[in-house]
Amino acid sequence: MITTPTRPGHIYLYKRYERFWHWSQAALIVFMLITGFEIHGAYDNFGFKRAVELHTLTAWTLLTLWAFTIFWQFTTGEWRQYIPTYKKVGAMVHYYSIGIFTHAPHPFQKTTSSKHNPLQRLAYLALLSLVSPIIWGSGLFYLFFAYWKDFGIDQWLTLEGVALTHTAGAFMMLIFFIAHVYLTTTGHTPFAHIKTMITGWEEEEGHH
Amino acid sequence: MKLLSFILALGASLSLSAWASESFTPTLTDKLPPPKSTADHSKFKELQAVFKTGPEVTKACLACHNDAAKQVQHTKHWTWEVVDAKTGQKLGKKNIINNFCTSTVSNEKDCMACHAGYGWADKSFDFTKEESVDCLICHDSTGTYRKLPGDAGHPIYERKEFPAGSGKFVDPVDLQKVAQKVAMPSRANCGSCHFFGAGGDGTKHGDLDSALRNPSKHLDVHMDAKGLNFSCVNCHKTSQHQVAGSRYEFDASRTGKPQPQGKFDGNPASCQACHGDKPHKESLLHAERLNTHTDTLACQTCHIPEYARSNVGTEKVWDWSTATKMGPDGKPIFVKDSAGRRAFDSKKGNFAWDSYLMPEYRWFNGKLSYKVIGDKIDPSKAVEINHPEGSPNEPGARIWPFKVHRGKQAYDPELKNLLIVHTAGEDHTALWHNFDWPKAIETGMQTVGLPWSGKHDFVATEMSWPITHTVAPKGDALSCTQCHGANSRLKDIPGIYLPGLHKNEWLDLAGWGAALLALIGVLIHGIIRACVPCRKPRSKQ
Repeated sequence: MITTPTRPGHIYLYKRYERFWHWSQAALIVFMLITGFEIHGAYDNFGFKRAVELHTLTAWTLLTLWAFTIFWQFTTGEWRQYIPTYKKVGAMVHYYSIGIFTHAPHPFQKTTSSKHNPLQRLAYLALLSLVSPIIWGSGLFYLFFAYWKDFGIDQWLTLEGVALTHTAGAFMMLIFFIAHVYLTTTGHTPFAHIKTMITGWEEEEGHH
Repeated sequence: MKLLSFILALGASLSLSAWASESFTPTLTDKLPPPKSTADHSKFKELQAVFKTGPEVTKACLACHNDAAKQVQHTKHWTWEVVDAKTGQKLGKKNIINNFCTSTVSNEKDCMACHAGYGWADKSFDFTKEESVDCLICHDSTGTYRKLPGDAGHPIYERKEFPAGSGKFVDPVDLQKVAQKVAMPSRANCGSCHFFGAGGDGTKHGDLDSALRNPSKHLDVHMDAKGLNFSCVNCHKTSQHQVAGSRYEFDASRTGKPQPQGKFDGNPASCQACHGDKPHKESLLHAERLNTHTDTLACQTCHIPEYARSNVGTEKVWDWSTATKMGPDGKPIFVKDSAGRRAFDSKKGNFAWDSYLMPEYRWFNGKLSYKVIGDKIDPSKAVEINHPEGSPNEPGARIWPFKVHRGKQAYDPELKNLLIVHTAGEDHTALWHNFDWPKAIETGMQTVGLPWSGKHDFVATEMSWPITHTVAPKGDALSCTQCHGANSRLKDIPGIYLPGLHKNEWLDLAGWGAALLALIGVLIHGIIRACVPCRKPRSKQ
């Protein structure tokens, strides 16, 4: 039987695969943003052709990563972390808008069975069910533009429509990224959350 | 986790290696030199005679090749006339106006130096006379057969000064020698007229000039003299003297698989005839993206990145409005540009030349509509002497590269049509002889049988020439950024969405605005957090 590592005053929040998935996904998404906005014409870095190739390669890599991650989510039951709850949503909003400035205690206590606070759950669910389908749906149509005619898709879609949908999804992801990175600094020290995401260990409340 | 990273790395490297190149290697039998004839014409007694004139040679040819003249007489090379199957409009050199020397009518003696015949001096020419067909202009292999302006298509029979007054002399053609050495047409044969269209090397086309006699691979990947060494007829397959691949029957959008050599249907003089319409070998990473470009672009658009790619150059502008201006001493002058090309000629007006030019791009379905002699024009804007038809949603239209030649021509400001000018000749009304516009116009319009108000002025004109020769090696093809970027070559082309160039301004404004607001928001949030570190936490709940 596999034993869970223990450490006094800490809980082991993020398992090894979870951390690998998070950080590799983060790197891939950032790289897709960089190459994607170059393809969009925002700046010149790799050159259009190379940017398209790298963007496509990264997309396939990310899809592969997701295939493994979806498998992992279901075999470990971790998918339950994304079931939304409205409990304490108000308290969370109050905390981020007022309490955080007055060092009020965090209204939510992380546990291994409930790793995300209620706002996080909602945000990740929105990312999964709204932003992801927009990006991946439009992205795959964009990628396989050459095959539209074979399936009569060109009767229904325009390249412009697909490209603009993809761009809109990219902006949503960019905004998520900004907020997400900022919120990592809201632990008891600015780097506490990042440390947890690297080591897997979260300090329990009252032990700092 | 190790296994995972291994699989990821493997996947990545496989796709990377597959994406290395999208190459097409021609495996054509055309690399072989053209077959030698089975007949040595120098041994034929019919060709041992002394020939005084071109028609005498033709008679000798026809003694064996008894259907050849009839065949030639059915071609554009002979009739200089094409009837548009749809509109019934009469086109061809005999009927259209071009943007260079403007019209052949009333100027036949000069123009017919490039007619595949002898003696077309005016409209009385007999198009049925078989010995008037010129076999040698296409079949001379000696490079010595020459026809000069002024002789109505006859070769040089006597030593004479050319150009008149230049002090340079040309020798008569040895017709017996030429007749004994006939061969299949080479690049130089076709080029003797097509390289020199509009009266000088490279003047007209921009993708056809004397550099193609012996081109490098850089200039033309197919005609490369040290490589594939194609002749014109490798693509312009000829049967019964009908040469395939004319501007008047232009195949702008051939689709389908490559045709095996010798089994051509449709137009063999198109890239797709040999290469198919999906010629790029692409990795998964490209997902056939390059091949799908062929639904929108002509092959030539990417593969002929520039035209006039040699120091011969091509003429961009011919402005007739300054013709008849004389030098300070009242005599006609001729001025060359720094590269030795004509810049001003009292006979013809102003010219502008250049090399290594970027084409202009247009939607094109293969149909060029022409202004023919007598057609009404709108002088308030540049007159399109020919207009490439085609629109974005037309299945047969592609974006094509063009040389657009611009100029100014004489027109009738009252009757609103372009004027036919009698330019060439030794009579007192010829413009190049007497420098008198009204006299030259009067003769020209009389010859063509059209009224003239007696007034003339000049109007801006332009003529579009599809660029299709001088295909560059694949390494020189356009890169993605040349269209997919802020400085896109296709900026002004309607009906396409170009990633990297086109965007929706509102979406960009909303997207960048929201991202900026998010950034400002978190910064303010963070600053407030940082500024109140000393405040004691309120009593715990």
